[in-house]
Amino acid sequence: MAVATAPPGERARTRVRVPASGVGLGIATLYLSTIVFIPLGAIILKSQDAGWSTFWSAVTAPQAWAALQLTIGISLVVTLVNIVMGTLIAWVLVRDEFPGKRVVDTLIDLPFALPTIVAGLVLLALYGAKSPVGIDIAYTRLAVAVALAFVTLPFVVRTVQPVLLELDREMEEAAASLGASRLTTFRRVILPNLYPAIAAGAALSFARAISEFGSTVLISGNLPFKTQVASVQIFGQIESDNIVAAAAISTALLVVSLVVLVGIDVLQRWGVRRG
Amino acid sequence: MGSATTRWSMRLVALGYLALLLILPVGLVFWRTFQHGFSPFWHAISSPAATHALWLTVQIALWAVAANTVFGVIVSLLLVRGRFPGRRVLNAVIDLPLAVSPVVVGLSLILVYGRNTTVGSWFGGHGVDIIYAIPGMVLATVFVSLPLVVREVAPVLEEIGDEQEQAAWTLGAGGWQTFWRITLPSIRWALAYGVVLTLARCLGEFGAVAVVSGRVVGKTQTATLFVEERFQDFDQPAAYAMAFVLAAVAIVVLITINLFRPERHR
Amino acid sequence: MAITATNVTKRFGDFVALDDVSVAIDSGSLTALLGPSGGGKSTLLRVIAGLESPDEGVVEIGGIDSTTLPPQQRNVGFVFQHYAAFKHMTVAKNVAFGLSIRKRPKDEITARVRELLELVHLENFADRYPSQLSGGQRQRMALARALAVSPDVLLLDEPFGALDAQVRKELRAWLRRLHDEVHVTTVFVTHDQEEAMEVADEIVVINEGRVEQIGSPGDLYDRPANEFVMSFLGPVTRLRGELVRPHDLEVFTAPEADTVPAIVERVVSLGFEVRLDARVGDEEVWVQLTRGEAEKLDVQAGHTVHLRVAPTQHRVALPV
Repeated sequence: MAVATAPPGERARTRVRVPASGVGLGIATLYLSTIVFIPLGAIILKSQDAGWSTFWSAVTAPQAWAALQLTIGISLVVTLVNIVMGTLIAWVLVRDEFPGKRVVDTLIDLPFALPTIVAGLVLLALYGAKSPVGIDIAYTRLAVAVALAFVTLPFVVRTVQPVLLELDREMEEAAASLGASRLTTFRRVILPNLYPAIAAGAALSFARAISEFGSTVLISGNLPFKTQVASVQIFGQIESDNIVAAAAISTALLVVSLVVLVGIDVLQRWGVRRG
Repeated sequence: MGSATTRWSMRLVALGYLALLLILPVGLVFWRTFQHGFSPFWHAISSPAATHALWLTVQIALWAVAANTVFGVIVSLLLVRGRFPGRRVLNAVIDLPLAVSPVVVGLSLILVYGRNTTVGSWFGGHGVDIIYAIPGMVLATVFVSLPLVVREVAPVLEEIGDEQEQAAWTLGAGGWQTFWRITLPSIRWALAYGVVLTLARCLGEFGAVAVVSGRVVGKTQTATLFVEERFQDFDQPAAYAMAFVLAAVAIVVLITINLFRPERHR
Repeated sequence: MAITATNVTKRFGDFVALDDVSVAIDSGSLTALLGPSGGGKSTLLRVIAGLESPDEGVVEIGGIDSTTLPPQQRNVGFVFQHYAAFKHMTVAKNVAFGLSIRKRPKDEITARVRELLELVHLENFADRYPSQLSGGQRQRMALARALAVSPDVLLLDEPFGALDAQVRKELRAWLRRLHDEVHVTTVFVTHDQEEAMEVADEIVVINEGRVEQIGSPGDLYDRPANEFVMSFLGPVTRLRGELVRPHDLEVFTAPEADTVPAIVERVVSLGFEVRLDARVGDEEVWVQLTRGEAEKLDVQAGHTVHLRVAPTQHRVALPV
């Protein structure tokens, strides 16, 4: 994740901090502006192009509103699943030993490396019309959920794993010597130390899920009101040249993402303070 | 680790979940692709549209990777070694592209660089199309993969500290010399890792380029767009063939990055 | 090359690391900057090196005002506590670095590197990487690297702080011998008074950003300027409102001229020396005796003895 800023005083004495080279800062600012800031700003501006009421009616239009609700709803469910499964998988990868563990650990990153459209195709192959095991969930909300679960799989696992690795075993031993059962130790000693990592992973997972596009396109059928996620809705608006509407829904999505991002930052800072 | 039953049940649940979600679907695609032998695969993948799509994808990825590598190193140095107002803002903002939907990315670029915008028409007047052409697709790919190099290099820079650089200064090395001979070599593994992650992200980009490219087959269709278009066109063999290539590349990337990765298992 | 720092002040935010510090270091000398952690000695060293720039004051090296010169142009050798080895280069390349920056011809570099590696007894490690060396070897490499470019001044920041006690002792003696051979003006920072006393010609005691005293090890030990220097450089105890060295106290079994009675609370034998913990009224005093002296006295806990500061040439008493 991004760099934690060091406390002043101690670091100041041993590290040399140079005033930022004007050139470097200039390049970075230019780059970020032309690629990120100005375009994102343009979206927000465009969404206001025809006034606040147009903005609001575009966001609350039946299809758009349904898409937003569906997206946020399924993303929440998937995030909850990830919290549980992600922590469990991280635990098994850190604390357990079995042949092929290294391979499994590597595979966790597959959703990061695999193109989203391929992910969709892959899930459709197993759980769609021509499924060799006879499971056909294509064109259902479950399909959307499965697709989102696929692409967000690594997030909680990868934030929790390093924390579990660093966890001071002696804490658990102390708890055991004081009479705590394994379950109690987990609940009262280990888990509280994992909360910031789990939360950070969950936030990342949620942010990714609500933004997801490629993996849902094939398996969900993009049925409006049923399985159409926000990104697909926006895509449709763009294709139909309803740019202002597209910008409005995009802004709504951006706001939700922003809230999540700020949340991650606050959580990180909280986690650092707890040490 | 606790009683054997707990251990086994946890293992079963975890591995079962992974099998159902990850391993079986990917395995199935590999099987489906070669279900009818090698020649349908080869035929599909060597078609003009497919080869063009692959070539285009690689080109765009290379541009985006080059740009984000340079940018990534500069920003990492700024974040870790720099001292300027707004450093914390920069820190928070770098991760922004990860939280934005790719479709929104595409839309934002159209709004700024489209044919009827100030910037877009200026370029258009000089014969360069940004949107619905390759430059726009490069921009989109750069946007979505922006933070990846920074997130890998900055923590390593932070951890190494700058004493080696200070030593180099006392030995007479100037700024540029110090950077090339001391700083860059010290981050080379983190940088390589970040570059590979960026490359994977670029090769796999779909939503943003879908919006920005106009998806003209044989002209602005990338490998991922090819998969989708062929599938919607009921040309499953072609879709699976390209999907296989992309998945195989992803697995190679996976193995590569896990070789670089600092030891995560104890 | 002589070094002078005049009225140097350095702040980090609200923290004042150096407060109007003035120091003059003779050319060719071996000087220690001694003081407790956080006292400012490393900061002063880094200001001399150009790795920090002072907020006020002037630094002169070899008579030239170097206050605003970057470290590249000061021709100072710097050795860091944690070696700052170039991890991706071999030992030979590390040592050669300064020379290759100065674009010296290849033969010259190879010869010089060999010369220096022999000086520090690392000639068999030329093609190894720093990670394959022990801490002591890495520090010797760092020294060779700093000396390779024939600096005017050699600065060492707690050079032995990260090493084992045994290695530290060896390298201490080795540094002294090296200086006798090479004669470069050398300044090193340490918080270990034994190290400073053993190695340096002159010691600058720095505490809380200020110079407490400058002098030879003997001067500082026998004629400390204040309570801080006295306590920092050796053992102290109090008697009758004066700060005194425990080995400068005379112990008698019967009252003598100028003695005060004390009740012995503990007699601790520490091998070759014996420590007497005693109480004078409200005050705790401890006395350092040799084994012979202690045996002659033959005191135990509960006995009363009579103490005075020895009226010899080396007694030091300070009003407190």
